[in-house]
Amino acid sequence: MTAAKEQATQKEYDDIPGTFVFDADRSRQGYYLNMFCMSLMKAENRKAFKENEAVYLDRFALTPQQREAILRRDYNRMLELGGNIYFTAKLGATDGHSFQHIAAVMTGATQEDYAKMMLAGGRSVEGNRSKSARHAPAKPATRKAAGKSTAKAGAKSSPRSAAKRAKKAGSKRG
Amino acid sequence: MARIIAGVTSSHVPAIGAAIDLKKTEEPYWKRVFSGFEKSKEWMANAKPDVVIAVYNDHASAFSVELIPTFALGCAAEFPPADEGWGPRPVPVVKGHPALASHIAQSVILDEFDLTIVNKMEVDHGLTVPLNLMFGSPAQWPCPVIPLAVNVVMYPPPTGHRCYMLGRAIRKAVQSYPEDLRVVIMGTGGMSHQISGPRAGLINSKFDKAYLDGLSRDPKKLTRISHMEFMREAGAEGIEMVMWLIMRGALDDKVKEVYRFYTVPASNTAVGHIILENIERKTKARRPAPVRQSPSKGRRAAAHAPSLPSPASGGGRGGGLVVGSKR
Repeated sequence: MTAAKEQATQKEYDDIPGTFVFDADRSRQGYYLNMFCMSLMKAENRKAFKENEAVYLDRFALTPQQREAILRRDYNRMLELGGNIYFTAKLGATDGHSFQHIAAVMTGATQEDYAKMMLAGGRSVEGNRSKSARHAPAKPATRKAAGKSTAKAGAKSSPRSAAKRAKKAGSKRG
Repeated sequence: MARIIAGVTSSHVPAIGAAIDLKKTEEPYWKRVFSGFEKSKEWMANAKPDVVIAVYNDHASAFSVELIPTFALGCAAEFPPADEGWGPRPVPVVKGHPALASHIAQSVILDEFDLTIVNKMEVDHGLTVPLNLMFGSPAQWPCPVIPLAVNVVMYPPPTGHRCYMLGRAIRKAVQSYPEDLRVVIMGTGGMSHQISGPRAGLINSKFDKAYLDGLSRDPKKLTRISHMEFMREAGAEGIEMVMWLIMRGALDDKVKEVYRFYTVPASNTAVGHIILENIERKTKARRPAPVRQSPSKGRRAAAHAPSLPSPASGGGRGGGLVVGSKR
């Protein structure tokens, strides 16, 4: 299928598991959420935010859901509500966390376990291509493995539990 | 006449920059990554380009959600490193080449690529990490750098085909610049990675290696990869590999692969790196070997590898490079 034809099909990418594609709809929905994150590039704003998060958030026209997601540091929910990872990472940095820490949080793993997975070659694409399984790997021999690894990979784990489990991990800029 | 002598792809993982800044490059984890670029730095030192065009993406540093240009060409005289929340990286200010940049802008716009001209811009790790990997950490970057920022943050980025065609327009633009400049073009970012959502950590080495092969031998095939396929196979953020096709489009159809390196992981990402040289046309007079070249370095490299008469080095002064590949 050509690129043009695929893009004509609305939101085909929602079929990719564990993924929130930052498209025009999300960009519109998440405008103030992302602009809040952008404001954290300034030291004085980081300070003001840390002093009183709720008051600082009043500066931005956030939805109640977005506010809650920010206060709870629910990174998957932020993405779902229009946040983009390069922006929300600035919130993570304000908390003193590295990109890898935030990535681990979103997968529901501790940073240590996540780093181990990466060292072992990362999360396999097998079983993580498609929610509908319409895009199973080409070779029949690998199909079984694909089915199994979906559960293991944690791509479907819930954002809530992800945030809870990964709270303790953390290091700077790793 | 200016000409593009070679193209390079390089990772831009922010943690690589942090490892350099925090002096962690000798730690085993990072040494594995940095060792893959030792030959590359040697190659770059021999190639001595007059200008580098760096195709990269901004990570919500210069451009927020207020303004999202698909292609933005840096025409300023200098580009300071951005404060990405940790203070600006301790790297030199990037000096531009406003005359060549404006010439490229004019030429490609008349070729129907409506890019955005940027006269004030800070540059983040997306640009400075690749410079570190190719030049090391000098007090000043050894040559001017023209940044070309591509939107890969908000979907959809430009298609691979569009990127490839822009590369071709850039090649034409460079070739019509009167000054005799030797230009290296860099495509940065990649390879497979996803850093957002529950699927974060995705790596697809098979896809990556096929992509590197295609880049070297059959780039037109890569221009047919759809955005869906990129995201599905190489991760939501792996889509940034479209940027490499601008680099590739700017090179000749047939190129010589002189070096390759691949490793997993750097933080959340697969690192892929390739150096492709345009094959010098026989009809052109070669430049005489300049005297400033250190002969001992060239000889040392030649001892380990077949000496390649490197066109990138202007002929005759090249230290050969191992065509290497890891994993």
